[in-house]
Amino acid sequence: MHYLGRYFIFLGSLFRNREKFGVYTKLVLDECIQIGINSVFIVSIVSTFIGAVTCVQTAYNMVSPFVPTYIISLIVRDMTVLELAPTITCVVLSGKVGSNIASGLGTMRITEQIDALEVMGINSSSYLILPKVLASMITFPMLVILSGFLSIYGGYIAGTLAKLITSEEYIYGLRSDFNPFNITFALIKSIVFAFLISTISSFKGYYTSGGALEVGQASTAAVTNSCIAVLAADFLLAQLLL
Amino acid sequence: MIEIKNIQKTFGDRTVLAGVSGTFKPGDTSLIIGGSGTGKSVLLKCMIGLVKPEVGQVLYSGRDFLTGDQDTQKAIRREMGVLFQGGALFDSKTVLENVRFPLDMLTQMSAAEKRERARFCLQRVGLDAAADRMPSEISGGMKKRVGIARAIVMNPKYLFCDEPNSGLDPLTSIKIDELIREITDEFKITTVVITHDMNSMMEIGEKIMFLYKGKKLWEGNSATITHSNVPELNEFIYANKLLRDSDSHQ
Repeated sequence: MHYLGRYFIFLGSLFRNREKFGVYTKLVLDECIQIGINSVFIVSIVSTFIGAVTCVQTAYNMVSPFVPTYIISLIVRDMTVLELAPTITCVVLSGKVGSNIASGLGTMRITEQIDALEVMGINSSSYLILPKVLASMITFPMLVILSGFLSIYGGYIAGTLAKLITSEEYIYGLRSDFNPFNITFALIKSIVFAFLISTISSFKGYYTSGGALEVGQASTAAVTNSCIAVLAADFLLAQLLL
Repeated sequence: MIEIKNIQKTFGDRTVLAGVSGTFKPGDTSLIIGGSGTGKSVLLKCMIGLVKPEVGQVLYSGRDFLTGDQDTQKAIRREMGVLFQGGALFDSKTVLENVRFPLDMLTQMSAAEKRERARFCLQRVGLDAAADRMPSEISGGMKKRVGIARAIVMNPKYLFCDEPNSGLDPLTSIKIDELIREITDEFKITTVVITHDMNSMMEIGEKIMFLYKGKKLWEGNSATITHSNVPELNEFIYANKLLRDSDSHQ
């Protein structure tokens, strides 16, 4: 409860005594590159292979001749949109982005860079963290859209190359019983996960004390706590919105 | 002028500062000395607002920094320059951007004016040539000098230096000390330096305050420090073999 209380006070400090709006514009753009663009490669690799594996394993489990083959791509689509693209991508990002945020802020803390901002009269938490939170909430949905596309495309490549499904069947399956709300749901999840990952990692990094060892510990704690928060939020959102 | 009155600070059940008072005058380089763990850095942090003491007042030209409203605190902060122990330069910015940073954030100056002012400060500390280098590409002594340039870029009335010589060779230490004294004289700044460097004490100690176990045990200057009758201070000063030997020769 103590940590939860500190976390909410910390969230409040992001919006109090802020700098002028113009200050954040460049910072948010820089963070979008750091958090979003620099994560494209890992998200692409993970998503493509997840889609391919989902397709192959679904085909492997389809033993009944009464189930049409296009169901494979329907399952790949729904699994990707509902779960794999938003949740797995964000779990991967909690490792990459979360550790980066926590170690960066932790290092700034132990090298007195945050103190330097404070003595200048700048709200260090708002100046350093708000751009990261905003950038995450802007770029995570984009990464999830990319992930969804590549995952479905990965399934297509794997399915057609391994002759598990024809190209026409795959596309037919993708179009069957499509519920557009699933896309909205995936994007809502990505925004919530972005907020959780960026704020939890920032919280862990910002309150680091000690030396290099503690920075490493803060980074590990950031990833662990972010993953748990993402999975818990995943369950809650599924219960609330589906 | 800075006045500190009865500053008390505890961490848990450990008393770090037990009622420290003192005055620091403009144009003087005042030193706060003492062994490790005597509360020097905590006192400095109380003075610059990074740590809030349980009891006491910190007055900047009569304005109470600790209990003042947000506008008063902001105004006082803008009159402060702080040199941190490791320089505390922003890793992601070049040397010039580091020095220009307070101007970018806190002033309405034009880009050309900011650049000119930052360049002037870098020239003042002899680092104009390193303006475009990253902090990771410069030495420890250069980092300290960039830290000084950043601390003075806003024309501060009050300059605080936390162990400006730590980790530096004796020659670079002397240069940093000279730079601090010159800047203090030139701009009539109230300078407070935390140190345990004996050379600094003898060279720039216009006023020296000795802390021991969170209390002020002695106050004086570089001329009187070697003649005190405070055993703790003498033990601290004469821990240095060179000084001990030179004093016994005299």
